[in-house]
Amino acid sequence: MRLVVHNMLQCHVKGCDSNNFPLRLFDVELEIHEIEFNPQFLQSLLPKLDWNAFISTANQIGITSLPQALPEEIDEDFLKNLHRILFETHIMQGKMVCSNCSHEYPIKEGIPNMLLNEEEAEEEAEVEAEVETEAEED
Amino acid sequence: MRLKELESSLQDVAVFDKPKFKLEQYCTSPHLAARMLFTAHSNYDDIESKTVADFGCGCGILSYNLALDIDSSALCIAQKNCSNYDVDVDFVLTDLTLDPLRRWTDNVDTIVMNPPFGTKNNKGIDMIFLKKALEIATTSVYSLHKSSTREYILKKAQAWNVECEVLAELKFDVPMMYKFHKKKSVDINVDFLRFEKKE
Ligand SMILES: [Zn+2]
Repeated sequence: MRLVVHNMLQCHVKGCDSNNFPLRLFDVELEIHEIEFNPQFLQSLLPKLDWNAFISTANQIGITSLPQALPEEIDEDFLKNLHRILFETHIMQGKMVCSNCSHEYPIKEGIPNMLLNEEEAEEEAEVEAEVETEAEED
Repeated sequence: MRLKELESSLQDVAVFDKPKFKLEQYCTSPHLAARMLFTAHSNYDDIESKTVADFGCGCGILSYNLALDIDSSALCIAQKNCSNYDVDVDFVLTDLTLDPLRRWTDNVDTIVMNPPFGTKNNKGIDMIFLKKALEIATTSVYSLHKSSTREYILKKAQAWNVECEVLAELKFDVPMMYKFHKKKSVDINVDFLRFEKKE
């Protein structure tokens, strides 16, 4: 999971409607995967980014090279740094915790798990039941 | 990328070891996936420099920027497929029918999806996926639906105030991967649809 995606994730536990973004990161393991620099795409993405959430999250994982506010004049160096942090920095392991309800969303092998536990349990139980029924029909 | 290259690079994408019945994960054939992405790219310019999300990515054949799925084993295969082809994709494990994805709204330009057709215990799930996708995408949604539901979908699109165009009618080769299936595969008629949000 890259920070560009983290910027879109919000707690969706039933009834948790405020202070549920951004999810706080803990115990993260980072990896850098270099990709082609595309300043145009990056520029088009900037207005969509929640800058405050992005900065506080970057700080949590030890990245402190970003300004508190998005600068008015954007130069190539700034974009290159941003490219590194948003697009090349991958959170491979760790967890995300909701500031409001403390729900934990694990990150494993780079994939954030936004499923709520009840759903997961329900899902598995139903799949098992299904397989058994089908086996009987055979 | 040319259609031929795209297609051949998709040809040996890994498919499921153990498909899960309830989630109805039929893999989109590489040919179909290539056609979908190529059409979206060359006829509508909906791919390049856009934020593209794949809903219910299954084996990840359609994945471009962002792929969401409810099944972690599907995502692992998708992730492997993408890293094999040097495609830059982020995966999120979530349930599209339950997660409101509030912050995704207006942040994704194009959504490409091959929703479950909704035959077994999940009747109407394709329409839930479609509605969600249309809420989130700023520009367009590409999707596959059974041709037999075309009239219904066109009516729904009108009610939701979106344009709907039938781009192609395709034969969809559904492999019968489960042990209780009697035949190896069946062909069903599927519409390749493009939905566009009205200004
Ligand atoms: Zn919460």
